Amino acid sequence: MYYKFDVVIVGSGGAGLMAAMQLPNASVAVLTKVYPTRSHTGAAQGGVAAALGNQEEDHWKWHMYDTVKGGDYLVDQPAAEILTREAIDAVYELEHRGLPFNRTADGRIDQRRFGGHTRNFGEGPVRRSCYAADRTGHMILQTMYQQAIKNQVRFFNEYLVLDFLVSDGQACGVVALEIRTGEIHTFHAKAVLFATGGYGRAWRITSNAFACTGDGMAIAYRRGVPLEDMEMYQFHPTGIYKVGVLLSEAARGEGGRLLNGKGEYFMERYMPTLKDLAPRDIVSRCMLQEVREGRGIDGKDYVYLDLTHLGAKVINEKLPDITDFARNYLGVEPITEPVPIQPTAHYAMGGIPTDVEARVVIDPQWTPMPGFYAAGEVACVSVHGANRLGTNSLVDLIVFGRRGGKHMVKFIAENSHAPLPLEPEAYAREMVSALYSSTGGESAARIRSTLQNEMDTRVFVERDEAGLRKALDTLDGLQDAYKRVQMQDKGKKFNTELVEAIELGFLLDCAEATIHGALARQESRGAHYRTDYQKRDDENWLKHTLAYKGTKTHDVRLDYKPVELIDDPIFKPKERKY
Amino acid sequence: MNILMRIRRYNPEKDNKPYWDEFRVDMEPIDRLLDALNVVKWTMDGTLTYRRSCAHGVCGSDAMRINGRNRLACKVLIRDVGSKVTIEPMLGFPVIKDLVVDMDPFFDKYKAVKPYLITHDSDPGTERLQSPAERERYDEGTKCILCGACTGSCPSVWGNPDWVGPASIVNAHRFIFDSRDQGAAERLAILGQRDGVWRCRTIFNCADACPRGIHVTDLIEQVKRAIVYNDTKGE
Repeated sequence: MYYKFDVVIVGSGGAGLMAAMQLPNASVAVLTKVYPTRSHTGAAQGGVAAALGNQEEDHWKWHMYDTVKGGDYLVDQPAAEILTREAIDAVYELEHRGLPFNRTADGRIDQRRFGGHTRNFGEGPVRRSCYAADRTGHMILQTMYQQAIKNQVRFFNEYLVLDFLVSDGQACGVVALEIRTGEIHTFHAKAVLFATGGYGRAWRITSNAFACTGDGMAIAYRRGVPLEDMEMYQFHPTGIYKVGVLLSEAARGEGGRLLNGKGEYFMERYMPTLKDLAPRDIVSRCMLQEVREGRGIDGKDYVYLDLTHLGAKVINEKLPDITDFARNYLGVEPITEPVPIQPTAHYAMGGIPTDVEARVVIDPQWTPMPGFYAAGEVACVSVHGANRLGTNSLVDLIVFGRRGGKHMVKFIAENSHAPLPLEPEAYAREMVSALYSSTGGESAARIRSTLQNEMDTRVFVERDEAGLRKALDTLDGLQDAYKRVQMQDKGKKFNTELVEAIELGFLLDCAEATIHGALARQESRGAHYRTDYQKRDDENWLKHTLAYKGTKTHDVRLDYKPVELIDDPIFKPKERKY
Repeated sequence: MNILMRIRRYNPEKDNKPYWDEFRVDMEPIDRLLDALNVVKWTMDGTLTYRRSCAHGVCGSDAMRINGRNRLACKVLIRDVGSKVTIEPMLGFPVIKDLVVDMDPFFDKYKAVKPYLITHDSDPGTERLQSPAERERYDEGTKCILCGACTGSCPSVWGNPDWVGPASIVNAHRFIFDSRDQGAAERLAILGQRDGVWRCRTIFNCADACPRGIHVTDLIEQVKRAIVYNDTKGE
């Protein structure tokens, strides 16, 4: 089928729906490979940061400072200013649209502490996270979907996007597989916004949904768009041991503490001011060090998250879901017992480079590709730099989803549809038919499993050159093997084996950009910690990586662009201490 | 432990009618049933078809009938199902393929109850005020993940597929009792009709099925009382 819309939005999480809300008078299609309410925004737990000051004095500039410092100064500072200023109105907008925030005694939006968020430029923790129990993302997703129903947004549910169409350097649509029928369709559009989320399924221990396979990043990458700072990948300190399911940082915001095998609350040794509320990259590294020095639980590779001193009332009222996860998946009762945890793959700070209007920019000179937008985890604005603060992902979704939507309103008024390229579906059809006809005997599950083991082992909290080279060798082999993937299911209708095989191809591309970026960056910054280059090196590396896919398999070209700083001494890069 | 999985299969491109298929897998007691389905799909039969996404009970993709009860496959552990487990698509929904059912009619019913905040006043400059007690009044319904487990477990739905069903009423409740909302009368008018709340026979299957622990039947009763007494403030 051929469809024509003003705007096509790919992804129905917070960013995609927020963008759709801005376009009430345009013809808009939202494509999602799941049902909208299954999107991974719904798994976010702890809150959305905004300097409302409902609980204590707070200012957006403090929030901006924390964001820049938390990101180890790889943050583009003008973007961080927009993020933190506009967070305030964006949170009010969510409330106006019906989001059931927890409330203070006087009826305002309640706020709580979160990692790396401080008062007065680092003096101590501040209550900045607006929340709805420990299901804030669920409530954002539900609220935005409800609003989309109210505004009669047109959804294409269970459509997997396979390709992005460009005509003379201008975006003009996407090609998608309708999972239910197996049919391939062209969506012709003036503007395309990718809001497809992250690629956490490249790792085995992950907080991410099965759907988080980096589709948007890989599709853009294949069409010549660079991926920015992919080596900056966040490992959240408190994943459920061996499972990876997230236990929100809100647990520590409410007073939870990390405990080692000797019964010590070890974070106070490393970060005397913020202790357990230090940024995630730091906490994850401290946990690894405890384990390496023999202070894991029973000498093993995990530590505890201790909530037992919080009492049943706080736990049941403010952290009900995560305590359920601990009960269900570990058989541990968090009210009376500490919970075994380990770092879990969580969030891509990198992604498709954009400017602050969510326009995709394709080179170090910030040249936009007309009509192409990206927002949310798939994008790199870059407000998270080398390490995202907790609660800033939901802010990112709503602020830049909204800005992207608003900019598209202007764009579609001023532009007509670019003509489609000849045979727009050719690439997608070839991709699908190659998988159907392959007799190579290779198993997608085996490739995925090998990839995940490799990423868990060598592209984790700590990296070094030898390990990354080994990971690259493994990846090269997996990319070759991928060409031989053979499916058992040859049917057209609801072929999830086909979907998984295509998603695996996306994951391999994301891993490729990640490992190349990590290997090249010879310094330690934020989430990227090189044991062979342990210091941050602002002289050589205060810059963003841009990874371009080469024309041949295994071929990647790296370029760089400077970090955008503003002229204010408070934001000048300095050593991170908490 | 070794378990026998009995799975209801149906491929619309091959089969005239559904049939039972069996697989044996070795799993750890604390693995999820979803993990076992993945082992089958990835190592034994790539054609096995089911939905899944978050794998920890918050996205609502993998609701299915497990040993006769609607559950999320990612919330059920192997140790809780025993050595033999029977897995079927949820009843009350058209089957698309194997364990995948057509959720479109379910979402259409959800949309029918106007599941969004309705206000006639203009938005204030900051947040609307709402006391913690007012917020608590509708908390239960906000937990719903629209997995369909309640609706698919309801004999009244099985008997009358046009009925709006429990999940829609839960989501109507969430707004009817929200102090900020001004659309209660519209929703109660919809739910007071023939295919509204009155087809609920308080069977409680829905409450048993809900993976989020929502007291579904109780919420439905509250909506019934709101219609009878024209009161959206009281219990």
